[in-house]
Amino acid sequence: MGARTWVRVLAGPAAAGIVATMYGAFLWAPTEATMGDIQRIFYVHVPSAWTSMVAFLIVFIGSVGYLITKNLKWDRLALACAEIGTIFCTVVLITGPIWAKPVWGIWWTWDARLTTTLILWLLYVSYLLLRDFLEEPARRATLSAVFGIFAFVDVPIVYFSIRLWRTQHPQPVLMGGEDSGLDPQMFQVLMLSWVAFSVLFALLVMLRVRLEKSREAIQQLRRELMMG
Amino acid sequence: MQNLFWAYAVVWVLHVGYLVSLAMRQSDLDREIATLKALIEEKNRAPVAQ
Repeated sequence: MGARTWVRVLAGPAAAGIVATMYGAFLWAPTEATMGDIQRIFYVHVPSAWTSMVAFLIVFIGSVGYLITKNLKWDRLALACAEIGTIFCTVVLITGPIWAKPVWGIWWTWDARLTTTLILWLLYVSYLLLRDFLEEPARRATLSAVFGIFAFVDVPIVYFSIRLWRTQHPQPVLMGGEDSGLDPQMFQVLMLSWVAFSVLFALLVMLRVRLEKSREAIQQLRRELMMG
Repeated sequence: MQNLFWAYAVVWVLHVGYLVSLAMRQSDLDREIATLKALIEEKNRAPVAQ
């Protein structure tokens, strides 16, 4: 299936998933006993975080793939996922403080989870800026791939930060041990939201990769025009 | 409730904004590709000077 077909296949489910998530978050999930309605940010904050980590994992895979094969398709994939992962990470960094302010009384604190997530965002913004400064495709792909591999080191640090250190950030509600757990309806909405965000992520990646292919096609056509 | 509204607004503004940006950039690139292809075709059809 070509990219255009995938886009057509994914667009409908992405839209439906988003609508279903909104319904679930506001009308199906119960109100949390301690925090009240502000807790409903959970249904976009957590799936955004998970999706950004998956995106950065794919950047890592794409980077390794490029260094091994020197095939630019891996670089296109890595770029797409870095850009989109950064957007999801931006969502996390904005929705988190919006949630924190009424609950903790502060917008931000330099605890392990928040600080490592901010570092993660800065790393991938740097990845994108690095690419802008490099004109030659092969050199750009190689240096980006090396950076993409090193940047990924922060992803497991972010994930495990709330388990390894004492943090202001809440402890994990899933797989967090005996005291962790989630109301079944809340769990269902969380999973629905994650699926919806994953489909949206896949759609955005398809579109971004197609954009990059078009740019490469233009370079090729310009060379062809100049050569005559 | 205001915080909840702004959190969701940020999520959808960012995603929809990015989607729109992708669509606009793709449209520009598609136009450029069509122009370049037309120029190449014209160049290939033009008679070669003797």
